[in-house]
Amino acid sequence: MDKLFKEYNEKLPANIITSLKEKMPKNISSANVKKIFELTLKEYETSKVEAGECVGLVAAESIGEPSTQMTLNTFHFAGVSEMNITTGLPRIIEILDARKKISTPMMEIYLKPPYSKGKDIKKIAQSIKETTLKDMTKEFLINIAELSIEVVLDPKSTKEFGVTDTVVSKTLQKSIKGYSIRKSGDNKITLKAKGKDVSLNEIYKTKEKIKGVYLKGIKGITQVLPIKRENEFMIITAGTNLKDILKLDKVDQTRTITNDIFEIYNVFGIEAARQSIIGEVYKVIENQGLNVDIRHIMLVADTMSVTGMIRGISRYGVVSGKASVLARASFETPLKHIIEASLTGEIDNLSSVVENVMLNQPVPVGTGLPGLITKVK
Amino acid sequence: MGEQMTEVYLNGKFVGDVENSSSFVKNIIDERRKGKLTSNLNVFHDEKNNEVLLESSKGRVRRPLIVVKEGKALLTEKHVEQLEKNEIGWSDLIQHGIIEFLDASEEENALVSFNEEELTPEHTHLELSPLDIMGLATSLVPYGNFNQSTRLNAGSKNQKQALGFYAANFAVRMDMDVNLLNTPQMPIVQSIIHEISDYHKHPSGQNVVIAIMSYEGYNMEDAIIINKSSIERGMGRSTYYRPALAEELRYSGGLIDEVSIPDKDVRGYKSEKDYRYLEGDGIIYPEAKVNEGDVVIGKTSPPRFLSSLDEYNLTSNTRRESSVSLRHGEKGVVDFVMITENSEGNKLVQVRMRDERIPEIGDKFTSRHGQKGVIGLILPQTDMPFSASGIVPDILFSPHGIPSRMTISHLIEMMAGKMGCLAGRTIDGTTFNSENETEVRKELLSLGFKENGEETMYNGKSGKIFKAKIFIGNMYYLKLKHMVANKIHSRARGPIQLLTRQPTEGRAKEGGLRLGEMEKDTFVAHGTSLLLKERFDSDRTVVPVCESCGFAGFHDHYKNRAFCPVCGENVEINDIEISYAFKLLIDEMKSLCIYPKMILENKY
Repeated sequence: MDKLFKEYNEKLPANIITSLKEKMPKNISSANVKKIFELTLKEYETSKVEAGECVGLVAAESIGEPSTQMTLNTFHFAGVSEMNITTGLPRIIEILDARKKISTPMMEIYLKPPYSKGKDIKKIAQSIKETTLKDMTKEFLINIAELSIEVVLDPKSTKEFGVTDTVVSKTLQKSIKGYSIRKSGDNKITLKAKGKDVSLNEIYKTKEKIKGVYLKGIKGITQVLPIKRENEFMIITAGTNLKDILKLDKVDQTRTITNDIFEIYNVFGIEAARQSIIGEVYKVIENQGLNVDIRHIMLVADTMSVTGMIRGISRYGVVSGKASVLARASFETPLKHIIEASLTGEIDNLSSVVENVMLNQPVPVGTGLPGLITKVK
Repeated sequence: MGEQMTEVYLNGKFVGDVENSSSFVKNIIDERRKGKLTSNLNVFHDEKNNEVLLESSKGRVRRPLIVVKEGKALLTEKHVEQLEKNEIGWSDLIQHGIIEFLDASEEENALVSFNEEELTPEHTHLELSPLDIMGLATSLVPYGNFNQSTRLNAGSKNQKQALGFYAANFAVRMDMDVNLLNTPQMPIVQSIIHEISDYHKHPSGQNVVIAIMSYEGYNMEDAIIINKSSIERGMGRSTYYRPALAEELRYSGGLIDEVSIPDKDVRGYKSEKDYRYLEGDGIIYPEAKVNEGDVVIGKTSPPRFLSSLDEYNLTSNTRRESSVSLRHGEKGVVDFVMITENSEGNKLVQVRMRDERIPEIGDKFTSRHGQKGVIGLILPQTDMPFSASGIVPDILFSPHGIPSRMTISHLIEMMAGKMGCLAGRTIDGTTFNSENETEVRKELLSLGFKENGEETMYNGKSGKIFKAKIFIGNMYYLKLKHMVANKIHSRARGPIQLLTRQPTEGRAKEGGLRLGEMEKDTFVAHGTSLLLKERFDSDRTVVPVCESCGFAGFHDHYKNRAFCPVCGENVEINDIEISYAFKLLIDEMKSLCIYPKMILENKY
């Protein structure tokens, strides 16, 4: 029997073989096993896509049609700190266009035990969140007479974040130039301008600047929300920084993900990015209660990532890579393509659908694909 | 510090401060009601922003309300009596402060009661009538308060499109594209607005017997089934009027159009048959039955370009034919001919055509409750279901139209209409103020019918009794102006555009029906490549392409051989089938100094 399995290993995909193995009755004759394999192979071969099938267009229609029914929903978390995430059509457009800056970056951070059981979950979440001076300050005062800024820290939040006033003044010293910084009492820090002729306007600008001084946590993570999902504690964040999060040893590196495809591409590479495109698009479609076969999405993700980089389905991405001038010109910015083609002397081989529709020729798809040659006597 | 001062603005301009704002506002309103201040003035006390805004400018929307004092309306029975006797008028009521007009902002300070019974001491105003919240057309919907608002909207919109008796002087008018219902009636179930608006002078519907039931599926998806005999008796017949006009335009050089029967040597002469109805003056005679293509007004125009070429022209008469004829698919009878002069002193001929429109499959009808539908089947009376008393409905309406739309008024009108029809009187169905539905039911019972309006009915084809009782009644039905005769359109061959050689667009130009971008995709997705090519063949052309330069050549019919304008005769030229649109694209590129070279090769 093992010999048979080996024989069909190359003809059938691995997951079909394994499921066959599981479901195979215990005492079965090898002749019957062979029969099963033959039937499976036959079924497998017939369910393959025929040559000349217009898979791209079918995928486009299969994703495009349900998209028209999507609502412009944003999804809200009913949590302490409200977060909303773009879903629906805007999100799909965002993914397929391969935007570098997505509108709601988000991470799902899984933790290693015992933290996944809820140990210190709030503390961990808090430590991940990017904290700036603004978050732990009661007030910023400007002393016009002395040209100085007084930062009054909130003792409550300094304790919560585990930052002391000394640390704060040290960080400030590092990041702000041209001011003498000293602790002027409990939870008070004074910044005094070094120069004599510093205008009030400049002081005001510095005040705004020190509000954003980074103190603790991971850069880019603006909000954190610890939640419990299927008996496991995890953290959802607004803002992403996959690289730095993965460095934390409390984090389960194998499952933690971000919804920023480019970040995944930079950290894990193109294969992971492709998987992420599939996952993200499928999540949206599933969320809307629509039903699209995952293979359509896989095809789209494949075209987006074949070159080893992520290209959007846009005039700068996939379309710019088309071989035919006419096809490119018929999509967007026709003048640009025609001028370029005439300058470089491009040749259009009329090898795809759009060009042939324009010329009223049979499109090389389906019945238009095979050529018949008859011997003329 | 005392009380904060309130800022006062008149027509948006600051005029001063007052100390006690509420008494100030009260004073102004009192003075206005006494007639000492103009009734155009409105006050808005904005307590939130501590402002008093006075407005007397024009362009504000205002509405009348009855003033209420201490929970009592100032308009009393006495006033109504006086009004009825014509002793006082509307302006008197306004002068005495009994009725006042509020604008949008003063309404913010008012508490308006809907009914007199609901008045409390807090109320400041009372609606003249609860019907006031609706417009004219909406008030014409009977029992409207039983409906969802969207249905009222739809119902009133449909009424605006109904055919009726739009003007009594229609016979001497030259309106474009108008319809007249041949036998309009007043509704049995009315609202007071029907009376107020003199609806009997311009009714727009007919009372029909309607049964709510299905019939072999011909009334699904909002269709209705109509009794053929009802149509033959004249139900839903209308007349469509359309004028044709021709003007004797004057051109430079003293040339002028001429209304006359065109001579045979005129450029663009049609055929003798087309001019057969024209009388000596070139105009058709009244009561002529015309069909598509027939000339209604014969006219010729002077030649378009009066140039020096005239000398070389062999034909002396180059006047153009510019007659007015009936368009594709039109027919009718000439109703009225008029010859006048227009404001420029040119001779103007107007001919009005009339066409009787008998209801046919696809014509649109509606009740007054937003329950519109098209005729799905015209059924002979012999096949129509009938009731025990022998009543045969005019219309069969599908029951599926009711639950999702929740037009209860539709059902009540049917019942009230049935009752009114039997009792020989009209029913008041004014929204919020109608005859009680239960009273209607009782009266129906006393007339010997089931109080819920249902009746035992028999299948018209088999004569067998229906197991279910059928809800049947009378209601007012309207014929809408959308008739298939004006919309039906198909094309196999026809006119094409000059530039692109593609079919023209639109029914008026006998155009094609576009197979669009998305329809194209379906062909591609099916892989029916050659079928797709055939569909897009409408502008195909065969172009001889020069193998050496890649330009389109042409065929020299004298020598019967292809010729390339660039390379001459001694090159290989092959015929290539492409779309004319692509040939145009290539030509356009050439005009932009781009060299689009066609490289030919064998496909296989």
